[in-house]
Amino acid sequence: MKKALIALEDGTCFEGRAFAGSGEVFGELVFNTSMTGYQEILTDPSYHGQIITFTYPLIGNYGINDEDMEGRRVYAAGAIINEASPIASNWRSRTTLAQYLEENGVLGLDGVDTRAVTLHIRALGAMKCVLSTEDSDRDRLVRKAKESPGLLGRDLATEVSTQEIYEWPCDNPRYHVAVLDCGIKLNQLRLLSKRNCRITVYPNRTPAHRILESRPDGFFISNGPGDPQGAPEVVETIREIVHKNVPTFGICFGHQLLGLALGGSTFKLKFGHRGANQPVKNLRTGLVEITPQNHGFCVDKDSLDPEQVETTHINLNDGTSEGLRHRKLPAFSTQYHPEAASGPNDGGYLFDEFIGLMID
Amino acid sequence: MPKRTDIKKIMLIGSGPIVIGQASEFDYSGTQACKALREEGYEIVLINSNPATIMTDPETAHRTYIEPITPEAVEKIIAKERPDALLPTLGGQTGLNVSVAVSEAGVLDRYGVELIGARVDAIQRAEDRELFKEAMAQAGLECLKSFRVRSLDEAEKVAQEIGFPIIVRPSYTLGGTGGGTAYDLDGLLNIAAGGMKASRNHEVLLEESVWGWKEIEFEVMRDRNDNAVIVCAIENMDPMGVHTGDSVTVAPTQTLTDREYQAMRDASIKILRAIGVETGGSNVQFAQNPKNGRLVVIEMNPRVSRSSALASKATGFPIAKIAAKLAVGYTLDELPNDITRETPACFEPTIDYCVVKVPRFAFEKFPGVDPRLGISMKSVGETMALGRNFREALQKAFRGLEIGVAGMDLRAEELVNKEEIELELTKTETDRHFNVKYALKQGYSIERIHELTHIDPWFIDQIAQIVDIERRVLDAPRNRPLDLGLLREAKISGFSDRQIAALRGDESKELDIRRERIEAGLKPVYRQVDTCAGEFEAHTPYFYSSYAELDESRPTDNKKVMILGSGPNRIGQGIEFDYCCVHTVMALRERGYEAIMVNSNPETVSTDYDTSDKLYFEPLTVEDVLNIYENEKPMGVIVQMGGQTPLNLAVPLMKAGVNILGTSPESIDRAEDRKHCRAMLEKLGLKQPESDTALSVDEALLVARRITYPVMIRPSYVLGGRAMMVAYNDNDTRAFVHAALNVSPGFPVLIDDYLEGAIEIDVDTVADGERVYIGGVMQHIEEAGVHSGDSACCTPPHSLSTELIKEIEQSVERIALELDVRGLMNVQMAVKDGELYVIEINPRASRTVPFISKATGVPLAKVAARISLGEKLADINPWAMKQPGQWFAVKEAVFPFNRFAGVDPILGPEMKSTGEVMGIDRNFETAYWKSQISAGQDLPTAGLVFVSAKDSDKPWMVDIGRILVEMGFELASTEGTGAELDKAGLPVQVLKKLAEKESPNVLDLIRQGRIAMIINTPSGPVARVDEIKIRSEAILRGIPIVTTEAGARSTLDAIRYVRDRDWDVQALQDYYTAAP
Repeated sequence: MKKALIALEDGTCFEGRAFAGSGEVFGELVFNTSMTGYQEILTDPSYHGQIITFTYPLIGNYGINDEDMEGRRVYAAGAIINEASPIASNWRSRTTLAQYLEENGVLGLDGVDTRAVTLHIRALGAMKCVLSTEDSDRDRLVRKAKESPGLLGRDLATEVSTQEIYEWPCDNPRYHVAVLDCGIKLNQLRLLSKRNCRITVYPNRTPAHRILESRPDGFFISNGPGDPQGAPEVVETIREIVHKNVPTFGICFGHQLLGLALGGSTFKLKFGHRGANQPVKNLRTGLVEITPQNHGFCVDKDSLDPEQVETTHINLNDGTSEGLRHRKLPAFSTQYHPEAASGPNDGGYLFDEFIGLMID
Repeated sequence: MPKRTDIKKIMLIGSGPIVIGQASEFDYSGTQACKALREEGYEIVLINSNPATIMTDPETAHRTYIEPITPEAVEKIIAKERPDALLPTLGGQTGLNVSVAVSEAGVLDRYGVELIGARVDAIQRAEDRELFKEAMAQAGLECLKSFRVRSLDEAEKVAQEIGFPIIVRPSYTLGGTGGGTAYDLDGLLNIAAGGMKASRNHEVLLEESVWGWKEIEFEVMRDRNDNAVIVCAIENMDPMGVHTGDSVTVAPTQTLTDREYQAMRDASIKILRAIGVETGGSNVQFAQNPKNGRLVVIEMNPRVSRSSALASKATGFPIAKIAAKLAVGYTLDELPNDITRETPACFEPTIDYCVVKVPRFAFEKFPGVDPRLGISMKSVGETMALGRNFREALQKAFRGLEIGVAGMDLRAEELVNKEEIELELTKTETDRHFNVKYALKQGYSIERIHELTHIDPWFIDQIAQIVDIERRVLDAPRNRPLDLGLLREAKISGFSDRQIAALRGDESKELDIRRERIEAGLKPVYRQVDTCAGEFEAHTPYFYSSYAELDESRPTDNKKVMILGSGPNRIGQGIEFDYCCVHTVMALRERGYEAIMVNSNPETVSTDYDTSDKLYFEPLTVEDVLNIYENEKPMGVIVQMGGQTPLNLAVPLMKAGVNILGTSPESIDRAEDRKHCRAMLEKLGLKQPESDTALSVDEALLVARRITYPVMIRPSYVLGGRAMMVAYNDNDTRAFVHAALNVSPGFPVLIDDYLEGAIEIDVDTVADGERVYIGGVMQHIEEAGVHSGDSACCTPPHSLSTELIKEIEQSVERIALELDVRGLMNVQMAVKDGELYVIEINPRASRTVPFISKATGVPLAKVAARISLGEKLADINPWAMKQPGQWFAVKEAVFPFNRFAGVDPILGPEMKSTGEVMGIDRNFETAYWKSQISAGQDLPTAGLVFVSAKDSDKPWMVDIGRILVEMGFELASTEGTGAELDKAGLPVQVLKKLAEKESPNVLDLIRQGRIAMIINTPSGPVARVDEIKIRSEAILRGIPIVTTEAGARSTLDAIRYVRDRDWDVQALQDYYTAAP
């Protein structure tokens, strides 16, 4: 296997070897602490533009199957692993992780001291980085990392959103939901469909009137990559639809966009929340949910007018915003991923609440 | 919700003696619970019969009752202490069962005691198979097809319905006692009959077989607000069919997709709700069909368990501590995560390493036992290892197991039956993982091995990777150092230096490999266990080694000392030594030293992350200990507390430049070497039983005649737990020596003067080179010849004269000074005809140190630890700590015979007990009685007693018979003994011999439940088959059985005493404060 280097914009380098792919890729270096679900994570469009360090050291054990895709391809720019399993062992497995990354042309490194990488990011924050199997000049690679574009202010959602409007099937449709695709995870569509929603998926840049024309019963804003402040037009679209009293539900990036649309602001966390064990308190019930998360940006909960917008959920680790609800309009959102895949299903009730809004 | 203020006093029930399926982990959880509740200001009342526990230290709870864990004793304590609440979920199955019993008997209602942590109906739903199934059905979860039966007829009907193989599971037992897999009708009837007996409600469950499926366990916590978190999921490398306690297990799961994992997570939480576990930790077990993902619920335990201890150690999440706090009203989000300090305990730990647990067995102690592993647990201990990959963790675990392998090494293959490897692969025996390795080397494919073993291909591939590295190291040229890249690869995969040395041709050159490795800059780094995979800064000093870049151990410049623990529990080395290690840590910390603990046993208090200042969870081998020593550079290492494991490391460590604190390795050697020891005793003018060795029968005859009969004969290297034999004449000697030489050919036979009828004595002592403190003198109940660990004993001696005790103490003092002991020493002696003999000297912590410490109030291990640091007895003054009150403390051993059907429960020179209990009272008889009840001997006060003795024992047996009749017991006997009893004018029912196949024989009466007690001595050195049948049947059915004269006399005295008076319970704290 080819030797590879990981060079960070702060000058730090880590060594590894390429178990899949070759070449040079750029991205924001982040870490995810989930112990299962690498397939869902790698195919989650929210990771577009990012290089994922998996903190769990043994990745690829159960291979890749056809059902657990969260997007149509691998969206992460690269994967950094301690040890990639040479074999795939699970009854549903179709191929190995290495083959799958190869098929997708994505660079995968293993043999990396991933805990060292993680502690570095924890201390200094997520940062720009380059993975290379071609260049062994550390100084040059660090320079390349510095010069690469970061995430701040970037509208990455448009890059991963659907180009065309499409319908997602439903066996027994009772509601029509318009989905704004900012980089949607397929399980969000699956869960809505299972709850009798006929879904029309729109590109994220679709103007509000196009969406409203179809008279949807509900409006859903998906997760997605990048800086929510990178696309003020999309925020405007959401503001317009929400103020038309269309029941609205946003997840992750959708939460940030809704927060902005309702007058709040967002900021970037030092190294984000990426994993399947984030404790979130539902302030209405007092109950705690264990939630899957994947975000680097965050709604500033103090920036929202408490008269207008209620904070419904907070993160117990750092007190940041995890959920909001408009006090008059039928609109709410969560920063975490109630659709799970991967991660715990504790937040599944939020989909029911969305259906509840459409019934009202 | 904050903690409850309406309760002030809480009673906790411990798990009693260490037995298979219930070991030190409950001391770990109970101690955590005591500490956690104490810091919340509650008053803690504790009952536990096991003196070798930290939880029964008088400082742990406020009121400590070392009493039998029976409903009767619990009621007496409740009446006396009037606690507000009873917490039943931290004392294993024992605690749970007794709690249910007192609740059902109305005791809790009568005294207004609230059950907290788990309600009785929830416990019943979890424990009763039928109720459990109903609850699962209601929750929409699938269980196995199964039927509850209470008779053999019903069992037969069910067999027709579900077909073979059938799993038999008794209700209300621990570790699956009395269960098994039946492949045909005969087997089914046999197992079901035993299972019904073992079950508290005479009931067994017959279940469809899921042999070969994946087995996964979830550790769940829930609080009163219905918040629920998964602490850890554990995957069994050994699939369904082998009890999880006997399986190699891995955390986290390795071969489950997230979707599968989440389905089990959701189900686990649903199960807790369905069962109604309001607060605390539970363990849920699943089986998954690896071919189609079908998921079924196997069982759940509504309490902390062995697995929860493992989960706590694997993740750093203190389940028992949190469970205790939840029971008094806190919710998960109100409790902090101790490790990060800033985040709450309401989260799910995520780890960035791999944890492997490997069980340790003791089949060599029980010859004739079926070595196949099944659904009834048979292992006696375990070791855990952490690594950055599975291979590393697995190999570390194997080398920490102390079974003579240095990993999955070449020696491991010596254990493999190479003739029929394919057949071996289908067996579930202890060497199965080594079989897999061997088969891979023989060219078997991963798929084929999977078909034969059902082990998931991913695990087999991991072993294949080990095989690949092994081959490359073997093939590497030996005339120059190993290629650095390959060496690094081997170290990353967990190869030990010793293992590599063996592959390079000579395993004794371990230190050369070490030198090469260090010169090449290849040293392990230490990684922190932090519950969060590095997401937050951790403060807990809990480390494991790995071969990577970043080291997180941050050694300090403090005065610091390393303590070596005792590794996996085994027969002869268990919780007692962990107790000594923990006390050493306490003493060091009290004296301002940084205490660094090294151990590999996840069940223990010593491996709780807040016991020591720093915990290295590592195997106890020269390599691993030296690595830590060089990383930390402590002032020295204490090896005398952890039993034989650290002691065996003392000399190699010293040679490698390690400073050994306490008694010097030279002194240790002087005591342990037979020749040196004899010379020293001669110099002191102390007697030793004469002994010599012989290499042939002729030589043995000369030796035996010179020593004079009777003599004790044993092989020098005891393999199968072969009994030591007593020879009374030349004929015996010929037969025994012949047998002994067969057992260990080429090794000499040891021949000792047999002190027939002698009283054996144990003394624990502490010395500092100038003075000697006698911790206590213990008089054995059984005659010399029974292993001291298996013998009951009493302190102070219940029948020795003051002069003799004085002589014993003086002799021990002289030995301690002569050996220049700096710390603990145990001496075994025997008294015969007024003469004192020294049998054995061990200059280290002994199994009885915790017992003596509890019995006298002087913490011997702490005193010894301070001496290791250079303090003097004169300053420590243990004499002033000794409690002035007068009472007797009796230690009794507890045996695993009920796990090993068909084994003869006769005591001999091979230690067989797994644990011990203590009975304490103002008089010897009651103390002895309590010790018997605690050990599970349900002594009768009336009924039919079966007596039978070999000819030489008949005179005293007649005497025993007379006493029994006087006490109102009825007698039954075999022909020979019966005739003697009859001759003495005693009424006796003479039973048929088993061979006669006529009724009634004794087995019939036992099975009908008509025998209340059995007093029976072995007929000769080789017990007859029918005797063994009688004794093992009695064991299976829980009938008290006494096999020695002294034991019989003490038992009858005790029954008489207790029958005529009531007995009472008293807290240790009250014994201690009592004025003389």
